[in-house]
Amino acid sequence: MNPLDLDLSGLTTRPAQVWGSVRLVPLVRDEPVPHLRLHRRATNDAPSVVDVGDGTAYVSFVPHAFVATWEGDQLPAASYGTRLLERDIPEAPPRMPIRTVRRMARRIDKNRLRFLPLHLAVEGYLALHFNGPDVLWEEWSQRAVRNGLSPRAEEAYCGAWVSGLEDALRIFEIHPGQCGVMIYVADALAGAFAVPHPDDYRELHPTLVEDLYGETVYHYALLTLHNDLSVPLDATAVRSLADLRAQAGARWREWAAFHDEVMAGGLFDPDGSLEDVQYLKGFTLKRFLPSFTPRRENHIGEVIVGEDGRVAYLKSFRLSEAQIRRGYLITRLAANDWRLSDAAADLGTDEASLALRLERAGFGHLLRQDVLDHHRARARKGTGTG
Amino acid sequence: MDETLADLVACEDALTFVNAAVTATGQREFHDDAWRQVLSLGFLHDYTRENYRHLYAAALALGVNDHNATLIIRNLLVHAAAVDADRRRAEGRLIARRLELLPAQRVYKLFGELRRLGVNNRRTRAIMRDWLAARPDPAFDAVKYRGRLKVAARHAHLRLRGETGDFLFAPTARKRFETPMFESWRRAHHEQAAIYDLPYTVAEGFAAKHGVPRAAFLERVEHRMTRLERLRLQENARARKVEAIRERADLPGMGLTRLATYALSLKLDDRAARRAELTRALRTAALRAAGEQAGRWGAVAAVLDDSYSATGSAQKRRRPLAVALACHHLLEALAAPGRYTAHWTSGRGDALLLYPFGPTPLGTRILDALDTGPDRLVIVSDGWDNAPPGLAAEVLRVWRTRLDPGRRVTVTHLNPVYDAEGFDVRRLAPTVPTAGIRDAEDLPVLVELARFAEGRAGLAELTAYLDARVARFLEQP
Repeated sequence: MNPLDLDLSGLTTRPAQVWGSVRLVPLVRDEPVPHLRLHRRATNDAPSVVDVGDGTAYVSFVPHAFVATWEGDQLPAASYGTRLLERDIPEAPPRMPIRTVRRMARRIDKNRLRFLPLHLAVEGYLALHFNGPDVLWEEWSQRAVRNGLSPRAEEAYCGAWVSGLEDALRIFEIHPGQCGVMIYVADALAGAFAVPHPDDYRELHPTLVEDLYGETVYHYALLTLHNDLSVPLDATAVRSLADLRAQAGARWREWAAFHDEVMAGGLFDPDGSLEDVQYLKGFTLKRFLPSFTPRRENHIGEVIVGEDGRVAYLKSFRLSEAQIRRGYLITRLAANDWRLSDAAADLGTDEASLALRLERAGFGHLLRQDVLDHHRARARKGTGTG
Repeated sequence: MDETLADLVACEDALTFVNAAVTATGQREFHDDAWRQVLSLGFLHDYTRENYRHLYAAALALGVNDHNATLIIRNLLVHAAAVDADRRRAEGRLIARRLELLPAQRVYKLFGELRRLGVNNRRTRAIMRDWLAARPDPAFDAVKYRGRLKVAARHAHLRLRGETGDFLFAPTARKRFETPMFESWRRAHHEQAAIYDLPYTVAEGFAAKHGVPRAAFLERVEHRMTRLERLRLQENARARKVEAIRERADLPGMGLTRLATYALSLKLDDRAARRAELTRALRTAALRAAGEQAGRWGAVAAVLDDSYSATGSAQKRRRPLAVALACHHLLEALAAPGRYTAHWTSGRGDALLLYPFGPTPLGTRILDALDTGPDRLVIVSDGWDNAPPGLAAEVLRVWRTRLDPGRRVTVTHLNPVYDAEGFDVRRLAPTVPTAGIRDAEDLPVLVELARFAEGRAGLAELTAYLDARVARFLEQP
């Protein structure tokens, strides 16, 4: 049991597959989670999603930043935050239209299953986790699409740019019953992903390359990984074929334990927080936040938890150092009801420097232009006279 | 023994090159793209030619694949000046013999390549002339490979007899040809009926020109097809309900690996419906490939890789799986009756209904195979052992050191995939010899060759073995 109280016990760790600096650790379920599937729209209305036929009402989910053309919409739209939906209601989740810029269009294939392939999703993610108004994300992202990112804003990288990741995913051999994967780049956990059903996983596996990875991950991918984590068998203990088999089995279990405790140990921050977002027919959608402690692993993510408390859906994103600092700023702001003065007092600084710090962190758009200009002018004057 | 380090290195280099030349085709593989394969293979050719010229030429006798055979021939001719006349004569014999075995289109392509590289000395011209003179049906070649033959004729300063010269270089100069094939070709330009007297590939072009419906065309052109064309067009014809091609397909007469590739290209439902026919054909081909060794290998256990990586690539679709399937049938024929067990990595049992799927738990499967108490263990895999990685190597190591130090069980690893990064096929464990494999039919020979990779036989033995193989190769009719 981890400190955030998330129960991953349905998922068993299997041996990792390594390519370059990327290590993919498959997570396998003995049984799919009942009554929860990827939304039909996400699977192209494919008949591969089998209804059990016993009249059980299914709940479906739409992952965050998932691009699809919903009914009644002209343009494809990216879902805004993971959503639980009633199975057979063609209701669309909260979403944001994607204006196709030529740069993005390259990868767009009309009804293909994919995730929003830009930094937008992360920003949305951050905003989402702090209950920032929806409008913000849209405004910010439109600006980003139009003008490109301000060089000051830190970046999230589309998986296709992470060196070796595309190949690693292409040649990855999916295990029978596999429902999830943990992605390590240079043995740093880049993201965890788990879905309720193996078919959903198969559907989404190729899209992981369009998913988002923090800047740390991008840089780590340029390193080469040489260490083989396998431990040699103890030859002296082997007297028969059965012994040899027992040794092999033990090594398998050791790897799973080592992975779960050491390698994936930083996924859930003991000082982090967990918040319920939506509840539908026994499933709860939650978001988790780290403690934003600099210089350690900080993962944000979303989970869907079943009635038995076990995780049915999991998706996490590793924050970069700059994002951790930004996250920290926003936590303080949010804790002080988004009042600049209170937050400044809380941080032991004055309003003007906090405003400039926010701007430097790439959150200038959170402030009204005139307020920002005012502080900027004061700062200039301050340096001028002082 | 006065084995020197240099000898050991030479021995290892030799086997590396043979492994590569058997498996690599310069095409995309599951883990590598085509460019890396070509680059890596090119280096290996240069290295071997420069350092072990004798071995490089001898490889032509060792069942290297056609792609590498043409590369070797080309390189030997390009760098002919580097060796003396005797050596050149010996190489010339090997080249001539290997050219006879190559498919005609590859030889014509090689001639084109020689022209592009400007290799035009008396010996090259003589080789080209002799090969062309030995063609069984020059008129057929002239029609089917018209463009290529033109290039070759120009390059080798050929004196063309009869109408061939006019056919190639001035086809409009004559009102009509005496040679029936040339005459059909001339008439095919304006007369539909004449196209069915032409080779299939040429007829196909004329059919498109005349707008002949595909089904009608296939029905009538069937008698002009070669065996391989007939096999290749099976499914094409089936979709159009052309029965003739299906009826005359000689499945059991096909090579084992080709047959396995064909079986795997079918949909699962078709494979199930034609189970008896396909199984019989595979078994017949396997028995033929096993030859006199059939039933003589004692108890055999096979670990066969049908993991996702057996997909191969778009260029070599399911090739690794096809090789594994062909080996499965061949080993069954080689083993003593009833003493063969197959262990597919996915754990599936029905060999005919396989498709690439899942990870590669080689270690566990090797344990399963050893449990059956075999005399021989054959592993057919691309060597990407990943569930968990390296377990197969560990299991084999501990097995050898603790449980079978006397080497009672012969373990051989056959690998159908060239690994560009390692300049060799991927090995499983240092204690187990690995050999590259292209066609399952070569399996008995490769197992023989693999013993050199164990490091127990030295360079002198290897050289003797190679000389014997070369002698046998040159003698064969």
